[in-house]
Amino acid sequence: MSDRRLGWLLLAPALALLGGVTVYPAIWVIWLSLQYRIPVFSISRWAGLAHYAFLTVDPRFWSAAGVTALFAVASVTLECGLGLGMALGLRGQRHGRRAAVALLLLAWALPSVVTAKMFEWLYHPAGGLVNFLLGGRPVNWLGDPALALPSLIAADVWRTTPFVALLCYARLLTIPAELYEAAEVDGAAGVQAFARITWPLVRPILLVALLFRTLDALRAFDLMFVLTGGGPAGTTETLTVYAYRALFQTLQVGFGSAIGVVVFALVMVVAIAYLRLIYRQEASA
Amino acid sequence: MRTGRIRDGLVLAALVLYAMPFFWQSLTSVRPDAELLPLSHLLPSRLTMVHYDAVLRQSLMPRALLNSLGIALSSTALAVGLGALAGYALARLPVPGRGVILLGMIAATAFPQIATVSPLYLLMRALGLRDTWLALILANASFALPLVIWLLAGFIREIPRALEEAAAVDGAGRLATLRFVVLPLVGPGMASAALLAFLFSWNEFLFAYSFTATEASRTVPVALALFPGVFEVPWGDIAAASLLASLPPVLIVIGFQRYLVRGLLAGALRE
Repeated sequence: MSDRRLGWLLLAPALALLGGVTVYPAIWVIWLSLQYRIPVFSISRWAGLAHYAFLTVDPRFWSAAGVTALFAVASVTLECGLGLGMALGLRGQRHGRRAAVALLLLAWALPSVVTAKMFEWLYHPAGGLVNFLLGGRPVNWLGDPALALPSLIAADVWRTTPFVALLCYARLLTIPAELYEAAEVDGAAGVQAFARITWPLVRPILLVALLFRTLDALRAFDLMFVLTGGGPAGTTETLTVYAYRALFQTLQVGFGSAIGVVVFALVMVVAIAYLRLIYRQEASA
Repeated sequence: MRTGRIRDGLVLAALVLYAMPFFWQSLTSVRPDAELLPLSHLLPSRLTMVHYDAVLRQSLMPRALLNSLGIALSSTALAVGLGALAGYALARLPVPGRGVILLGMIAATAFPQIATVSPLYLLMRALGLRDTWLALILANASFALPLVIWLLAGFIREIPRALEEAAAVDGAGRLATLRFVVLPLVGPGMASAALLAFLFSWNEFLFAYSFTATEASRTVPVALALFPGVFEVPWGDIAAASLLASLPPVLIVIGFQRYLVRGLLAGALRE
């Protein structure tokens, strides 16, 4: 058998699974979004772009889009800042590196539903650790419309900062110590050394982490669905939660799919930015 | 030297504080019910196993743990098995359209589940797979597959070609070379890919929540999200259940850290 044929033969099972369970649904969802489909009433007819037209004037959609944007910008910014800080703190670690990385990755590796349940209990008005440490004030973190989104963002930042920290930490370990010694000879230390050596070398990896985290923040679902369910008063309802409610709670399959397609498009824009970035890095390397 | 040790200790202490939500949940899981609400002392007066007892004997958690383990192991095996074959083809064989396929793999890792959940639900229903392990095994394996293929193609490319050429000179065919030379050498890489695929499946919530209906296939995250409370929320039981749900990730982070970190970095840096 020729190598070409063997290559296709080895690829075929993987491509078949991906085609059937990932690519086909990804195309089908666009088709679904162009229809009125409400199975409980046996409604199934062509809608064209009606769902998308409705979305442009749907206040709930714009509110969810705003929440998604705010969630993504705030959590990704905090994660990148804190992640870099943690990596700088970890860099000099000589003893207990394994324990340090285990403690770091713990938050990242837990199921997001576990994280949601943990923070729900931490934020509990009467039984939660947060209020206890604040001296017993009965703040209703998840029930107050002004506090719910920041509380949700804090939980997400806790869960995903370790990922950013690990990437930055790995990059920092590859910077040779001689660079800093040479800089010190030139009279650059501390902040100056950071600006001249660390930052330029860490920036590319931080950019990669930023794009990855943005992708995940735009499609995040579990945490807000379980922690706040989109409430109170829709203040934590992201596009993904809105799409889920339309699909499985009000059973509007066509309309819910249209929201799903919007999330899909947003994510793909970020993914293309990412692909261009690695393409450019490879071209310049 | 001494200041170095003190610094190391401080960093570790800070990381223990960072992981505090998890330790607090662990403490809650052994705290007597009477001391949960309202919280009046940080440390409980005594420790109790009643919450674990309740979760293991009276809840659907044991069945959910079995479902999750079976589904995660099967989907990991499927993704790594198919991924190794595909990764080898992409790394070593002259496949036409290789660049496009690799690009498609990166794009597929970014697909949001919320976009494919509705067609997949209709597909699983049409195939009669609702509320079965198979539905989640296929969905999770397919979602993990692009990353697995990408990782394994990269790891296989790192193996010196000379080894495969030596095997070919000795008369070994492509498949024998793959079986006896490439796969053993890429073992650590397969472990990395498998750990990530396993964690993905173990933690997966949206598909499991949408495709399952009964305890026949409900996974741990679904059981936890739907944890029943009759009159009040059983915080102690929920804490115990979340500790059980956290066991595999905790073991992986402690026991297989090296492979996990390698997979994470290779997956993110795409080198």
